[in-house]
Amino acid sequence: MFIRRTLPILIAFCIGFAMLIQYFIPHPYSERFYDIVVQQWFITIYAFMFIFAYRSFFSHHIRKVKRRKTGYIFSIIAIASALLMAVGGFATRRGDFFDSLYNYLYAPLQATMFSLLAFFIASAAFRAFRARNVQATLLLVTAVIVMIGRVPLGDYLWRGMPDLIEWIMTVPSMAAMRGIRIGVGLGAVATAMKIILGVERTYMGGT
Amino acid sequence: MSISTSIWVWIAALLTLMIYSFLYKENPFYRLAEHIFMGLSIGYSVVILWYNYILPRIYEPLFFPPHQWSLIFPILIGMMTFGIFSEKYNWLIKYPLAVYVAGYAGVQIPLQLQTMILRQAEASFLTPDKFTSLFSSFNALLIFAGLVTTLIYFYFSAKREHGLGGASQVGIIFIMIAFGAAFGYTVMARISLLIGRMQFLLQDWLGIM
Repeated sequence: MFIRRTLPILIAFCIGFAMLIQYFIPHPYSERFYDIVVQQWFITIYAFMFIFAYRSFFSHHIRKVKRRKTGYIFSIIAIASALLMAVGGFATRRGDFFDSLYNYLYAPLQATMFSLLAFFIASAAFRAFRARNVQATLLLVTAVIVMIGRVPLGDYLWRGMPDLIEWIMTVPSMAAMRGIRIGVGLGAVATAMKIILGVERTYMGGT
Repeated sequence: MSISTSIWVWIAALLTLMIYSFLYKENPFYRLAEHIFMGLSIGYSVVILWYNYILPRIYEPLFFPPHQWSLIFPILIGMMTFGIFSEKYNWLIKYPLAVYVAGYAGVQIPLQLQTMILRQAEASFLTPDKFTSLFSSFNALLIFAGLVTTLIYFYFSAKREHGLGGASQVGIIFIMIAFGAAFGYTVMARISLLIGRMQFLLQDWLGIM
């Protein structure tokens, strides 16, 4: 029980606390400690963390194929695509074939997937942007000004449009964003403290 | 200009059209392209992980002189991740998680305090250098008022009375402007991607532009 439950929490506390206090110790040993832990330890462990993702992907799709679930043919295609990209990358040492797979398959699919959102944003905006009250009207007006002002049409309609957008971004928008950032920062610090003190353990499976 | 004869361009064009077919409704062509994308992403991450992380930062420093033997500790901790494949030893994954998550949390506390809290507050302080002209003074006051009222809007530990209600109402005005601007930017980014894909289809593939 100690090795399975208590020791990981103790290690979390020690490493978390050590990383926290090293920031306040301006000594070469402290800086060396930071370099070793962040540059070596974190990056090495980070590389192993991908095992989670690969296991999740392959076990999900292999299970679907084994059980002949609806659409299992797509799982075969997903696995084959993963193997094609990986083998293509290793066999050619990231050569021309791998570059072509990236430039003509991966990059177009990614860009198209993200561009698809333009249509859904448009339909969502149509429903959400009905100017029902002052706040919704402000959101609508600001979004429209930013959208029009970022294309040549804005400058064509009114010369002062780019300056207006610059002002919106650097004054009222930035004021709210700073408030939100401070809130996010306080939340991040509180969560980090909870993790170090062992109050937050869900990332270890909740035990 | 004429239609492309490159097999790669044809594949890219067909995959693009397969994804856009989702705009009509979900169909097997979309699902095919979606699963190809998913698989390629995984395969790509494997290659990048190997060449950008494992090879230069783990394999070479460990097996080639000057050997960095200190890497053995994080490798051993990292290898505990393989415990996920065993029901009996899956508790081992708590160790790499504890080191990585808690260590990262420790690093983040001073960083977050510095960048997300102190710097943001500092930049909004009303210092004399911000009152050089009427317009800059107005902007400085507006930023200060916007920051304070936004923070009040997110402050839920007191009842919205004695001015707090009014201040939070002002705060939501600033928040709506910020969200509107962020929304506008997001839309424009997606539209530019859409224009890029249309250019590819009409120019690189069909050659009619």
